[in-house]
Amino acid sequence: MSEKFFIKNYCHIKNQTVSVNGKAIFKDVPIALGTEDFSTFIKNAYKFLKTDYSKFFKMDNLSKLAFLAADVLLKSEYLNEKENNIALVFSNNASSLDTDRKHQAAIENDAEYFPSPVVFVYTLPNICLGEISIKHRLYSENSFFIFDRFNAEHLQLYANSLLRNKKAEKVLCGWVDFDENNYEAFLYLVGSEGEIEHNTEEINRLYNKL
Amino acid sequence: MSELKEELKAKIIEQLNLEDVSVADIADDDALFGDGLGLDSIDALELIVMLDKDYGIRLSDPKEGKKIFESVQVMADYIQEHRTK
Repeated sequence: MSEKFFIKNYCHIKNQTVSVNGKAIFKDVPIALGTEDFSTFIKNAYKFLKTDYSKFFKMDNLSKLAFLAADVLLKSEYLNEKENNIALVFSNNASSLDTDRKHQAAIENDAEYFPSPVVFVYTLPNICLGEISIKHRLYSENSFFIFDRFNAEHLQLYANSLLRNKKAEKVLCGWVDFDENNYEAFLYLVGSEGEIEHNTEEINRLYNKL
Repeated sequence: MSELKEELKAKIIEQLNLEDVSVADIADDDALFGDGLGLDSIDALELIVMLDKDYGIRLSDPKEGKKIFESVQVMADYIQEHRTK
């Protein structure tokens, strides 16, 4: 019989709200309807959640979104200060398109050709995995996949394989998508402890919960 | 010169996204890297682009930046002497 793994905690960030295990822990109320703005929301969420990391404000929007969702889950794990074996398996649809567009606009401007190195370094979606790994000292497997839509089957198979083959003690997986002002993060931590079985039905149920 | 130093501080804060840092927080002789403002290698590249874009100074060797970006004071002295715009 194959070994079972469990979802310990999960986090959603969407619609100006940060939720953990289905409960909203931070909700940003815009000044007026239609004025929702990701930059303001994520900055307010960062401050409310007491996320102490000065490099946060240098990140692009995808990395800010991924970093904050991961931080919410990992800060309650009492991680080792030197090294942790938590793999990262992330996915999305838009890749790093939001930042790619900014870089493209800069390199298309022949008259003022000054592409920003700070923008350029984020023109890959997996950079956000590096940001999370540096903060939480994750010396572990990490992968970022691009799919048309949320793919619970892939996350389940890949994470379980890493755990079963002892490539990681836990896996932080999910979906982190950002394009223009549309954003959504759903991350969960899977390992040998937890109450929710790590199968596609449960992953989809949690993903669609909010 | 004093105006240039204030301008540089404002540009550094804005272009390097230094949250919760104001112009008044940066002394002329504060180290920009290491224990000072804590800038990193990507920030150094951004400063090289800023020198080119705003002051017409093109560094042929990025290693030159190590000395030029020591502090706002050193940067201002260098810009004053080499600027083409």
